[in-house]
Amino acid sequence: MPVLLPTSLSEATQMLSDTPGATLLAGGTDLMVEVNFNHRKPNDVIALRHVPELSQWSLNKVAGTVFIGSAVPYKHMESGELAQLVPALAQAARTVGSPQIRAAGSIGGNLGTCSPAGDSLPVLSALDAIVHLASVNTTRDVPVSDFMVGPKRNSREQNEIILGVTLPIRNGRQGYAKVGVRNAMVISVASACFALQDGSPRIALGSVGPTVLRCPHAEQFLSQNLAADGSVSDDVAKEFGRLVSQESKPIDDHRSTAVYRRHAVGVLAQRLVQRGVQS
Amino acid sequence: MTITKTRRDVLGNSALRPDGAAKVRGDFSFTSDLNAENMLWGATLRSPHAHARIISIDYSEAWKITGVETIITADDVPGLPTYGLISQDQPVFARDIVRYMGEPIAAVAADHPETCRRALAAIKVEYELLPVLSEPEDAISGTVPAIHPDGNLIRHQRIVAGDVSATGPIVVEGTYDIGMQDQAFLGTEAALGFPDHDGHGVEVHVATQWLHEDQKQMAACLGLPENRVRLVLGGVGGAFGAREDISLQVHTALLALRTKRPVKMQYGREESFFGHVHRHPAKVWMRHHADQNGKLIKIEARFVFDGGAYASTSSAVLINGVTHTQGPYVCHNAIVDGYAVRTNNPPCGAMRGFGVVQACFAHEGQMDKIAAAAGIDPVTVRLINAMKTGDTLITGQTVESVAPVERLIRETNEIPLPAPLPDVVDELHLPGGSGITSERKHIRRGIGWGVSIKNIMYSEGFDDYSTARCTLKDGAVTLKFATSEVGQGFVTLAPQIARSVLGVDDVVCDTIDTNIGSAGSTSASRQTWMSGGAVDGACRLVRERLFEHVGAKYGVDPIRLIIDDTDIVDTVGTLRVSVHEATQGVTISEEFEHHHRPTEDLDENGQGNCHVAFAFVAHRAVVDVDPELGLVKVVQIATTQDVGKALNPLSVLGQIEGGIAQGLGLAVMEEIIVENGRVRNPSFTDYLLPTALDAPVVVARLVEEPDPQAPLGAKGVGEPPCISVTPAIVAAIRDAIGKDIPRCPVRPQDICL
Ligand SMILES: Cc1cc2nc3c(=O)[nH]c(=O)nc-3n(C[C@H](O)[C@H](O)[C@H](O)COP(=O)(O)OP(=O)(O)OC[C@H]3O[C@@H](n4cnc5c(N)ncnc54)[C@H](O)[C@@H]3O)c2cc1C
Repeated sequence: MPVLLPTSLSEATQMLSDTPGATLLAGGTDLMVEVNFNHRKPNDVIALRHVPELSQWSLNKVAGTVFIGSAVPYKHMESGELAQLVPALAQAARTVGSPQIRAAGSIGGNLGTCSPAGDSLPVLSALDAIVHLASVNTTRDVPVSDFMVGPKRNSREQNEIILGVTLPIRNGRQGYAKVGVRNAMVISVASACFALQDGSPRIALGSVGPTVLRCPHAEQFLSQNLAADGSVSDDVAKEFGRLVSQESKPIDDHRSTAVYRRHAVGVLAQRLVQRGVQS
Repeated sequence: MTITKTRRDVLGNSALRPDGAAKVRGDFSFTSDLNAENMLWGATLRSPHAHARIISIDYSEAWKITGVETIITADDVPGLPTYGLISQDQPVFARDIVRYMGEPIAAVAADHPETCRRALAAIKVEYELLPVLSEPEDAISGTVPAIHPDGNLIRHQRIVAGDVSATGPIVVEGTYDIGMQDQAFLGTEAALGFPDHDGHGVEVHVATQWLHEDQKQMAACLGLPENRVRLVLGGVGGAFGAREDISLQVHTALLALRTKRPVKMQYGREESFFGHVHRHPAKVWMRHHADQNGKLIKIEARFVFDGGAYASTSSAVLINGVTHTQGPYVCHNAIVDGYAVRTNNPPCGAMRGFGVVQACFAHEGQMDKIAAAAGIDPVTVRLINAMKTGDTLITGQTVESVAPVERLIRETNEIPLPAPLPDVVDELHLPGGSGITSERKHIRRGIGWGVSIKNIMYSEGFDDYSTARCTLKDGAVTLKFATSEVGQGFVTLAPQIARSVLGVDDVVCDTIDTNIGSAGSTSASRQTWMSGGAVDGACRLVRERLFEHVGAKYGVDPIRLIIDDTDIVDTVGTLRVSVHEATQGVTISEEFEHHHRPTEDLDENGQGNCHVAFAFVAHRAVVDVDPELGLVKVVQIATTQDVGKALNPLSVLGQIEGGIAQGLGLAVMEEIIVENGRVRNPSFTDYLLPTALDAPVVVARLVEEPDPQAPLGAKGVGEPPCISVTPAIVAAIRDAIGKDIPRCPVRPQDICL
């Protein structure tokens, strides 16, 4: 199995175009698991570790956005400047696996796998992130909601590399919370990201639908019921939680039950909406 | 507890494990690390169905794959087609019927694991699916056809004690469910087999709990005399009961004999879930009668242990369960029925706690209900009922062991509670942990208790003796035994014994293999007592002969000689000579078998002295709960354990902390989920073990009242830590939320919905 090691984005897209069907390898924390279980048998592998464009993040102060390269590992999001800029992403990054996984795993891999339980995905969704894709001749910007099309399915073309994502830097409160059956190193049973961005509330849910879900009704209700200072009364928070529960589409599986998941996202939503606010 | 370190690594000192540093550095060679020149790999084809008839097996395509050296099925087993620890009911390979998901059907040997994988994929098995017997009650009722020639009921045992019509003003009842726990050792099953040159024997290096029992069962299946099946213990990465049964031993030996080449087998994590027995899931109903003060009058109970497809040790697990119905409490009247049944669920057998875990979860739930009904607290109800040495069990057996139950409870109760949660707290340490689901204001704290009694050594007339040889030569000792070192620390303890008895410093443990008599199993908390007794006995015999030698040489009556540190000293004269000097040019070698006192079978009313000895422990759990989300964080476990004597306090603490983590797992997360015979979560992604963020602070105290029956005064300490901690944690959750939860593991939805 040949492993190609491009050292620039143009080389990487060229290699991908020259070897159709090649598998992209970032941190390998999803891919190698699948290879080990014989669920995937890559013929050619393009390892992205040495592509500098994918391993950097940058702040655009004028636009109020941050670009995060697809291969930036979670450990760089957990704390430091990025964590200040997008705190919900920092919280999501901290919940991923163990220190070893966070040292290797990346948003590009999370998007590539596109599991409804991917922890960075509700954050990207709530913040209406843009996914940047690059192929030999073209680049494409796709809203994350159009990128994630179903369980473990995304709209990336075979010849495209996920370059990175662009997110707004925080200008209101935001947070991420994840329920699992143990206190660390666990696949989410239900998760939620809440953000008040440009004064408008957004909520996105993980593990309670075929892909990450936004809750338009709940968001609309909340935007009409926010206090002038952006705070949320207990009653409003409760109703918001109820609406979020209603908009979730969970299933029963061996990790949990639909009933519990529906309940749990509601509780998370209710809590997140008040988190960091003096009650 | 305090850990002391003295100059010499003698008994009572916290000697360090000889393999500790190597294990931490990753240098230790586990069985899976073994290799041999010209070695082949073996792999097993397993049934994807829980119950099916095998119509045909076509391995013609597999044979065509380059690198495949042999393929074997039930037709290739030369000896007994079945094996088993108590009854031989489990096929080496399924012939006509598969009775559980994962049952072996064939094995291949090939040049590479990948070739093996392809070969297995190329074997075509045609099945006719049969109805799955998954409900234990159906197995008892006799309304469904037998799924095995031995029938669906593995064993029934009744216990009738005292006045079964007795009753009292307090009557409490509960039905408790205990989930299927996995031992989840980190080192999966592995073996490397070498055929003898003449083709009529085999040597197998294997990770096991009991070399001689494996040898016996393997020889029977291989159709070889026992002396032509030699076993060597490979490095073992944990056991907890899961290595008591045969897994890949016979397959490895057969493949090696067939190919005349060394063959290695090693399970991956998923296969491991199918390759060994698990803890029995059980349903336990209990009704306790007590007087108005909460003192026990009578216990009624019914146990159903789901043994899965094959018997394994189910019948012994059942006996342990029913004979521990009363817990560490006095009660003279009882009527108990216990059933171990056969189903198409995964086979269950030994796991740390062996039947007592299930009984304890139920009786401790009941004690709290009695306390509530009597208006007393959980500590008082346990104190007023606490058993003492000399009390009688519902089996009629008198507890002759030291039984410091009252002291264990009192001392545990004296351990300070953890500080209350501060107003500002790092969310990582709240329920939900790194998921940051909860804030301080969402949390309620609960306190719960669990106290247990556990038999140690084998029961019901079984003579599980242990053998050891001690050779003293030129001031150094070599110890030989077949005691499986599975991580419990016998390789640390055995040299400590020799140093204490013989005054030597230089002690080597010889290869652990079948070139000496049996040591019995590393299970039932028995090796410190049994193999410790054997090593101690052998060392004492050597010391006698050493004293005779020194006495003769210096003209002193040997009876006057003692060992003082590293010297031989005449207690009435002036002679003082170092052991080192006195043994130059001398070789003394002695072998000793330690037998415990005999035990009896139970009669049809469950009466009889069936157990050897008992150990006790108390646990108090403090648990933070997020009632709305159903998430928990075990904050602190306070425990006091009856250890007889702490021969190596650090080892004891290791067992306590590890056992508590395992008991915590059963309390709040560890469960093999089986639906209609299918295992849904055979991976560490979905079978969750506690992480560092789930592990509590453990505050441990030891009660050291040497047991006169025990050769070194020490009781086994392996199982007790994991038994009553589970009910203690669940009781703390109940206390926090004010809701009865009758099952473990407790799932979030059990708390909040
Ligand atoms: C023990 C363990 C624990 C885990 N815990 C969590 C958890 O708590 N939360 C969670 O969300 N995930 C978890 N995961 C899954 C995994 O770590 C994450 O999904 C991670 O984000 C994957 O990133 P990676 O860089 O390792 O991806 P890789 O494994 O390298 O790739 C994953 C997929 O994405 C594709 N891909 C990667 N980069 C690109 C790119 N630039 N362009 C196009 N396609 C790309 C790959 O081809 C592959 O299909 C865990 C995994 C393990 C092994």
